[in-house]
Order: sequence, then structure tokens, then C-alpha cells
Amino acid sequence: MDLDDTPEQAAYRAQVRGWLDEHKREAPILQGPGAIEDEDEIVAARRTWQGKLAEGGLAGVTWPKEYGGQGLGPIEQVMCNQEIARAKVPGILDAIGVGMLGPTIIAGGSDEQKSRYLGPMLHGDEVWCQMFSEPAAGSDLAAVQTRARQQDDGSWRLSGQKVWTTNAQFASYGLLLARTDADVPKHKGLTMFIVPMDAEGVTVRGLRQISGEAEFNEVFFDDVALAPDAVVGGVGNGWGTALTTLMYERVTIGLGGEGLGYNSTRFAGAIAADEHARLDPEVRHQLGEIASDLLAVRFTGYRTLTALQKGQVPGPEAGLAKVTIVNGAIKAGDLIADVLGPDALSEDNEWAYMISFLPGLKSAGGTEEILRNTIGERVLGLPPEPRLDKGIPFSELRSKEGAPA
Amino acid sequence: MNLSLSDEQVFLREAARGALSRFKTIEAAREALDGDDGAMPDLWPTACEAGWPGLLIDEAHGGAGLDAFDAMLVLGECGRVLAGVPLLGHLPATAILGDAPNAAELMADLASGERRVAYLPAQPPGDLDERWSADPASGPERQPLPSIGAVGEDERVPVTGSFAFVPDAPGADGLVGVAIAEDGRAVGFAVRTDSPGVSIEAVTRYDSTRSLGHVKLQDAPARLLDAPEETLSSAWYLAQALIAAESLGSVETALDVSVAYAKERFTFGRAIGSYQAVKHSLTEVLRQLDNGRSLLYYAGWARNGAPAEFPLAASAARSVGGRALDQAARTMISVHGGIGATWEHDAPLYFRRAQLSRRLLGGTAGATDRVAGELIAQAS
Repeated sequence: MDLDDTPEQAAYRAQVRGWLDEHKREAPILQGPGAIEDEDEIVAARRTWQGKLAEGGLAGVTWPKEYGGQGLGPIEQVMCNQEIARAKVPGILDAIGVGMLGPTIIAGGSDEQKSRYLGPMLHGDEVWCQMFSEPAAGSDLAAVQTRARQQDDGSWRLSGQKVWTTNAQFASYGLLLARTDADVPKHKGLTMFIVPMDAEGVTVRGLRQISGEAEFNEVFFDDVALAPDAVVGGVGNGWGTALTTLMYERVTIGLGGEGLGYNSTRFAGAIAADEHARLDPEVRHQLGEIASDLLAVRFTGYRTLTALQKGQVPGPEAGLAKVTIVNGAIKAGDLIADVLGPDALSEDNEWAYMISFLPGLKSAGGTEEILRNTIGERVLGLPPEPRLDKGIPFSELRSKEGAPA
Repeated sequence: MNLSLSDEQVFLREAARGALSRFKTIEAAREALDGDDGAMPDLWPTACEAGWPGLLIDEAHGGAGLDAFDAMLVLGECGRVLAGVPLLGHLPATAILGDAPNAAELMADLASGERRVAYLPAQPPGDLDERWSADPASGPERQPLPSIGAVGEDERVPVTGSFAFVPDAPGADGLVGVAIAEDGRAVGFAVRTDSPGVSIEAVTRYDSTRSLGHVKLQDAPARLLDAPEETLSSAWYLAQALIAAESLGSVETALDVSVAYAKERFTFGRAIGSYQAVKHSLTEVLRQLDNGRSLLYYAGWARNGAPAEFPLAASAARSVGGRALDQAARTMISVHGGIGATWEHDAPLYFRRAQLSRRLLGGTAGATDRVAGELIAQAS
């Protein structure tokens, strides 16, 4: 049992650290004195920086070499992330594209798609967004209603709406899950598409959250024309392709918990800084409970890494770590606001931002309820809830909604 | 990076499970609760056969020379079947003695289990409390440790003090504790239980599987140990980690039994485990169990790998382990419905284990506070 790098890993870490030492002065400053403030300039600067990271081999660490990656494993990816954090420079801008959508295209895309899209994605020349969720399809993702209809010439016409689309406001392309056949059961009539975000009929609208900032977007499609070669992974195979993406999402979330900054040291620092709170038995007790849970998650992450190192794929139980992190951070925000009073809720306060962000995060990447269902069924082996949609064509299912039971 | 069990550790755990399976420990727990004083099997011979008394003792002194994490694996197996193996008292005591060169001649007998010792729990100072302290017989106020005067030629000093709810004290051959010297330093001591001035009152509270004793020392002739102060401090946290591991072992059983029942019990035409309310409450137990397991790795690694973090790691493991056991025992009862709250079922035995365990060795709540203290001290 140890937390040390193997000699090969240590060599890799030294190589990454060496590159960062040499290039970190070229990184954009996003916080503190001299920080860039204009949103467009931030995006531009981060795209340029992503290109440099890609040239240095610090982006797409797990991508195969033939697509510009390093052909390394998830451990090296984590080590690379750790070193980027240590150097206090921003990571890649398009973590969703490089972490989830690129690997999906590598797994199921055509040769033409791979050679056209992967290079510009890796270098930040073209940013991507993920367009799966809809207003009425989140936990039950296979219920998407965005409709793609094939035309006589083989092209497609797309209409509908997506939501929670990070980076859509500056993305060049999106990976989109659409219904192509409503007369078969819902998982079967789906197809994955690549959608150019500048196509006629695509409208992106920022979706402001509790904090007032728009981290997500809504995207509307009004009879958008797509070429026949926009399909990824075959017509009617969209669900399988989506599962590939979601598997990469789970890996990203499972390994990224610490990266959110919700850790025991940070919260203890806020309590320790208040001369009364640090002595208050009730505050201390609450801090102790929250911190113990968050410390556990750090070591759950190390256990996940150990499993990955042995070639095992992280299971759905990684979702439990997300539940612990989010709920722990919610309690910590509440405790800190109790201690600091209304000042904690000043608009420019880091805690106000966290307090605003967390209620939404609770549903992101799978709601807590869905995670508990999945884990109860897949890990504990409990029977699933009876389903009323099995084997029923999607069109009939829709007509039942709203009908009296 | 390697946070997984080695082949040897898997073998140690399986061997422990096998050895304990030869006894009907859970039936015995129920009978003992019913007043049958002879119901609890003596598991010490089994422990000796398996080499558990010497788990933490050097190979040179006849022990296995293993780490805290290995001991935690064995305690986890004890917890699974509510086995009353007196390791919670013995192992921290051997950790202190093993670091005291002047106790070297005792180690072979302690490793073989020929002689058994019990640790007199002593909580090291925290960020707000400069004193070492012992568990009180009653109430929230912690008790001071015995003070000792000048050391005689024979390295023996009279020690006077009382220690409440000492795990595994009844029947022990020796006691190992901490006293405060005239210069304020914490000093380890050992005393034979057959010495004049030593009294041990066996006490049973709520959980008949747990052997406890109120220990009173009145000018008891103790031998001072030359173990370093860090070792005395580390012993407290070792005890925290061990009871955490034991608790999480009990959580495993409580969860397994509850899940099995949720699959076979039907209401309204379907298994109750298919209802979200039941499924989510069982998943909550799994979440707390898994967090606890991660912290056992942290504590097991930190004891040697990062000793400065051991107090934090072990206290966090205790905090999560104690809370998980309460949650698991309550969930076990509620998933089984009314029958879960009766002696027809094993659930009350796990519930009793949970309620008592959470109050021993400074308490789960005390460990939680220590987590905060360690982090606040780090941040300052």
C-alpha cells in the first residue's frame, strides 16, 4: 500500500513538470492581478493555451498517438492534471470535447470524421459541446424528442431543443442525440449526429443560474439541414454511442472530485480564519463531520486510480463519491454562511458563488436519485423499479403522457 | 499508487473469516444478552492459533511484524460476526510495549498470546486542550491521567488513577497506560493486574459481546516504559482506527443481510428493494461504508507513510465508521419492518453494538471533533 509513483510514472511526471516550468509564463492569467476580464478574450486566450498544451503533449493524454494524443493511460492523465494544477495554470478549455466527445468519435466515428475533427478539437481550434439532455429528457435520457428526419437525398432535417449545453456559445460543433424513428421503442430509434453550431436554424441562448452567471445554454434547432455524413456510429445506434460518452463522463467525474476545490482543507481554512468560530464546539463538530466525508472521497479517488492502474473500469459506485462531495460542500457552504453571516452572500464572495452553484451540481452528471437507483441495482443487485415504457414504441409512449392513469 | 489489498492481506482476511466461522458468535451474543454468562465463546485460543496477538509485534520478538492496516482487516472480520476477540485492548498495548526497549523481554509472551494485555485509553492533547485525558465513568467531562512522582532505582513508580470502560481489561494479565510526569511529559507505564492496588471491575453495558472493565489503580507498582511520546499518542489513534475497522465490518453484515431481505420480501406484488425509498436507504449505507473503507486505507497508510497525518486519518475513519454503523443498524431494522426490532432477528444485536461502540474510546463524536481540531491546527 503506497501513494508513490512507480519509476516510469515519476519519469512521466518529471517530463510534464519540466514542460510546464518552461512554458507556464505563456499561460493566460484568469485570476488575481493582471487577470483577463473580457469573456471573449478569455476564451481566445484559453484556446491558444490549449493548443500549446496539445503541442507539449499535455492534452489528450489518453488519446491514441495516431490522433495526436500520447497513447497513455488514465493514471498519466490524472498526473498531468495534478501537475497543471500544481503549476497554477489553466487546463484545457475544451475538457468536454477532449475528455468525452473525442473519445466517442475515436470509438465509433468514421475514418473521415476522425481525420476531419479530432486534430482541431485537440488543439482548441474548434471547441465542441455535448447536446444530449433536453427539457423533458435528463434522467430518462432516451426520451429525447429532438427529431431528425431523413430526406430523399440522404440528408437530414433537425428540429427540437437541447439544454444544459456548456460552451455552446463559442462551440464550433456539437455531438447531438436525436430521435430518428419514433415507431420503435425509445432506446432503438436514436441516432448520434455532428452538428455545426453555425448552421442555419441553430440558436444558442444563455441560461442564467442562481449566481446570475450563464454557465449553460439552451440550444434551439429550427429545421437545421445536416449532411448524410453527419451521423456518428450508424443510424439507430445512438443509444450505444451515447453510453460510450457517458462512460467517459463517469471516469471524468470519478477522477475530478478534488478538482472542484471542495476539500476539507479549504473549508477548515475558512473556519480557522474566524477567531470565534474556530473555538465554537458546534461549528467544530459540523466541520469535523463534513471534513471526514470529504477526506474519504480523496482516498476513494486513489482507490479508483489503483483500479484503473490494474486495468479495471470504474463502476457506477464512483457516483457515490459525487453524492458525498456535493452534499458535503452544500453543508460546508451552509456552515460557513452561518459563521460569516450575510457577508458570505456578497455577490463577489467565493462562498456565495459556491452556495449558488451547488444546487444545480446536485443534478449534473445524473441526479442524486438516478445515481442511487443505478448503484442500488448495479452494485447492490436490488431489483429495478417496474417500468411502464418497455417495448412500447416511442410515439405511443408520448401519447400516454398527460392521459389520466 | 497502490491502495488495494495485497495477496497476503486477502489471505489474512479470508483466514480470519474462516477461523471465526467455526463459532456461533451471533447466537452466543443473543444468549449472553439473555443472561447466560457462559454463552460467549473464548476466542483467545483461536486468536493465538492465528497469530493475531502478535500482529503488530516485530518478527524478532516472535510477532508477525505486520502493520495497523493488517490488524484492521482482522478487526473488520471480528466486527462482521460480532466476535468478542480481545484485540482492541491488546493490540494498542503491544504497539506501545513494542516501542519500549525496556519491555523487550515481555514481547515473546505477548506475541504468542501466552499473556494478554489491555490498553488504558489515553487521548492525546488537541488544539484546544493541552491535557491528556481518559474516558470518564459518566458525563461529558474527560478525566486527567494519573500523575507520577520521581522514578525509583527499579524503574517502578506507584500509580494512582481510574479508567472507565477499558476494552478487554477483565482477564488481562497486564495493563499498559500513560501517566503524566512531574515535568509534564507523558510517560508510558505497564502494570501487572495481579499487583497490589490494581482492581478491575468487569462491566457489561447494552452489548454483551463487548468485554469492558472499570480499572482502579491505587499506588499500583507500575514499571515506566521508555517508549517515545509519539508512540503513546499513536496508540490512541491506533485504537480509533481499530474500532473504526471493527464497526465497518459490522456495517458489511448489516448491509448484506438487509439487501438479501429487500430482494426476497414482496409487498404489493414486488420486491421491496425495487422501491426507491428502500433502495436509496440501502445505497446510503453503502455510501457511508465505502467512505469508511477509504479512510481505513488512509489511516493504514498514514501510520507509517505520513505519521503527522495519522491523528487526522484515524479520527476521520472513526467518525465515519461510527456514524456508518448507527445508520446501518437503524436501516437494518427499518428494512426488516417490525420484526427487525425484536429478538427474533439479529438486527437488535447490531443495533446494540452500534450504540455502545459509538460511546467507547472517546466516542465517535469526540473523534469527529478531533478531525476539526487537526484541520484547524493545520490551517493556522
